[in-house]
Amino acid sequence: MRLAFQMAYESPLVTAEAIEAIEFPHLAIKYNVQGVPRTVINDRIPLEGAYPERAVLDAIKAAVEGAKA
Amino acid sequence: MPIISERDKAIIQQQMSTLKQPVRLINFTQELECEYCRDTSQLMREVAQTSGSLRFEQYNFVTDKEMTEKYKIEQIPATVVMDDRDHGIKFYGIPSGYEFATILDTIKMVSSGQSGLAKETKDYLRTLTTPINLKVFVTPT
Repeated sequence: MRLAFQMAYESPLVTAEAIEAIEFPHLAIKYNVQGVPRTVINDRIPLEGAYPERAVLDAIKAAVEGAKA
Repeated sequence: MPIISERDKAIIQQQMSTLKQPVRLINFTQELECEYCRDTSQLMREVAQTSGSLRFEQYNFVTDKEMTEKYKIEQIPATVVMDDRDHGIKFYGIPSGYEFATILDTIKMVSSGQSGLAKETKDYLRTLTTPINLKVFVTPT
């Protein structure tokens, strides 16, 4: 979670939301949350579990490239 | 009755004593039909009381429409952590357990003016031309 907030702080183009899955079951269902943490990039690309900074960066790069393609 | 114990309060005060720049905790709430709203507001208010550099602000999700739209609040309870600029940092729900520590760390980060990210990450983020939204689902632990 910290990483997402760090990225939001660093870049004006990045926004980050922590969502308590138990309090918002409709969102947990919508985003297919089965375990936490689960990160969803741009409402499309899920990342299951806690990842190091480099791996999250790679996932964001892939999301950006995917959107272009 | 306070949510944060005297013992924890002393620890948080200690942590918050190093804050450099003022940080705003903007809380969105409503009275009815929101199980965790009251506790979240109280918790954030108590956190804000641990340092003169912290400011707690509260808005009503329904009646303070202008603020709700400004900060793009989609559900409540919601807490925005910011300085004089909105960085797009939001917490939906009550930050308890491990996530409470995340809130404290986020306050410290915003106050420090440094994200603490690796140079490689910063360099890449600077090249972004399209918005990136990160939703991170968590649970109280």
